Amino acid sequence: MSDNLQPRGSDDASFAQPLYTPIKRRSFFMYAGATAGATALVMAGCSKDNDPVTSDNLINVGSGDTGVLNYAYALEQLEAGFYTRLRTGTYYTGLGSASAEKQILDDLYYHEVIHREFFKAAITSGRISDSLTPDFSKIDFNSRTSVLGTAMAFEDLGVAAYNGAGQYISSPLYLTLAGKIVSVEARHAAIIRDLVMEGSFVGNDVVTISSANNSASAGGAGSSGSSQERSKTPSEVVAVANTFLAEGSKLNVSGLK
Amino acid sequence: MNFFQIIDQLAAVDPDVLDRFDSRRAVFSSLGSVAKRSALAATPLFLGALFQKAYAGTTSTPVDVLNYALTLELLEADFYRLFLAAGTLPNATATAAITQIKKHEDAHVALLTRTIQAAGGTPVTGTATTGIRFKPSAFPSTYAGQLRVAQLLEDTGVRAYKGRAAELVGTTLLTTALQIHSVEARHAAHIRLMRGQLPWVNSADDLATDPTYTSGVTGTTSTQVTTAGGAFGIPAYSTASPAESSTVIGTVPLTTGITTAPAVYSAADAAAAFDQVLQPAEVVDASRAGGLLA
Repeated sequence: MSDNLQPRGSDDASFAQPLYTPIKRRSFFMYAGATAGATALVMAGCSKDNDPVTSDNLINVGSGDTGVLNYAYALEQLEAGFYTRLRTGTYYTGLGSASAEKQILDDLYYHEVIHREFFKAAITSGRISDSLTPDFSKIDFNSRTSVLGTAMAFEDLGVAAYNGAGQYISSPLYLTLAGKIVSVEARHAAIIRDLVMEGSFVGNDVVTISSANNSASAGGAGSSGSSQERSKTPSEVVAVANTFLAEGSKLNVSGLK
Repeated sequence: MNFFQIIDQLAAVDPDVLDRFDSRRAVFSSLGSVAKRSALAATPLFLGALFQKAYAGTTSTPVDVLNYALTLELLEADFYRLFLAAGTLPNATATAAITQIKKHEDAHVALLTRTIQAAGGTPVTGTATTGIRFKPSAFPSTYAGQLRVAQLLEDTGVRAYKGRAAELVGTTLLTTALQIHSVEARHAAHIRLMRGQLPWVNSADDLATDPTYTSGVTGTTSTQVTTAGGAFGIPAYSTASPAESSTVIGTVPLTTGITTAPAVYSAADAAAAFDQVLQPAEVVDASRAGGLLA
C-alpha cells in the first residue's frame, strides 16, 4: 500500500499531544515538508472513469471505483453536516464540558469532517459537488432522543453502505482505504447505540444474530445466526439518505454495480 | 523493451504493483533519468529480479486468507470461553456483553469453517484442549487484565481483516469478510467502553504503545504459518504496516493535504478517524496475537 509514504521518525512526537491540542504551526510545517512528495501521487487512477452527470435533478455518483468513492463522499458529507449542525442545538450545548457524551460527539464531529475532507482531497477527478445540501428538517437538535436516534441511523447506515459497496471496488488500494474508514464508522455506531441503550452495540437489526439478511445485495446475504453485519445495496442506502438531502442534492447510484 | 509501458500495463491490472517493489521512492530514484531508464530497460536481469521480488509470495489463495481469519476467530472464541469461566465478571451487564461477543465469535468460527469447506479447502481447527486455542499461561487472573486482552484481541482482529481484505477483491468472499470485520469493530468499541477508554484507537489510550497499535515486522518472502491446528500461507511484505498513529491515508496527508478543512481537529484526531491495517507477519508475531496462541 502507499502508506509506506507516511512521515516517520520525529513526526511521532506530535502524536503524544493531548487529544484536543490544536496543531502547532511548527509541526504543521513539519508535516508539509515530510509529505510534499506524497501529494503528487494522489489517486491518479480515478481519471479513467466517467465524470458524474446531473440529470433529473439528481446527483449521479458515476460508475466504477470513482462512483463508489463519490458515493462514500456523499454519505460522509451528510454525516459531517449532521454532526456540525447538532453542535448548535441545545442538547449538545447543554452537555457538561467534561462529560463523556460531549467528548464522544466532539470526536464524531472531527472524524466525519476529516472523512469528508479526505475524500475531497483523494478524488481528484470526476468528483461530485463538494457542497451537497442536507435537509435536517425532521431532526429536533434540541432533543437527545432525536439527535442520538438520527446519529444511530446514520452510523448504522454508513457501515451497511461501505460493506455493501466493497464488492463494486476493483482497486485493492481503494478497498483498503474504505476499510480504514468503515471500522471507525462501526465503532461510532456501537458507541451511539450504547449511549441510547447500554449493551446495544450490536443487535439483530444490524447483525444477523437471529434472522437472515434480506438485502438484495449480491454476496451480501448472511444466514440467521452467522453474526455478520447486515450490508445494504447502494439503492437501499440512498432510499434513506435521500430523505436527508435537499432537492438538487439527492443521489442517483444506478451506475454502481 | 519499453520498461515503463510494462509497468503501466501491470498497474492497470494491479494498482499495487509499484508498492510491491521495494518502495515507490526506490524505483523512481533508481530510474530518475531517461538515460538511466534506457540503460535499465535494456537489462533483462534487472527486470527479472525486480518482478520476481515484487511478486514473490503473492500466491496466497482466498482459502489461506480465510484460514488466517479463522485462526484469529478460534483464538478469540477460546479466550472468551476462558473469560466466562474465570468468574471475574462483576455484574450482569458485563456478563451479557461478553456472552454476546463470545456467541458472535463462535458464529464466525462456524461461518468461516463452512465457507472454507465450500471452497474446497481444509479449515484450521481448535478446541479447548487441542489445536488453535488461547495459551492458558497468558490468560490474566484479574477482570481488568482480561478486559485488557479482550481489547487488544478485538483491535488486532479489526486491523487483521483490513490487512487482507484486498486479497479478496473480485471474489464473493469479500463481502463476508467485510461483514465480519465491522462486527469486530463494534466489539472493540464496546470492550473499550467497558474499560473506560474512547471507543476508537487514539493517542490518549492507556494501551497506545502496545505493539497491537504500532507495526514493524516484515517478511521478505512468502511463508507458511504453522499452528497447532493447521497451516496457512501469507504473502511477503517488504514494508511494515502504518502504525495507528499515522496521519497519511493512502497518499493523502490528513494534516496538510486537506488544505480547505476548517482547522477544527488535531493530528491526533486525524489519526483516530482511520483504523490502520496490520499485515499477517505482524499479527502472528509473538509480540501480538501470535504470542497468545497455545
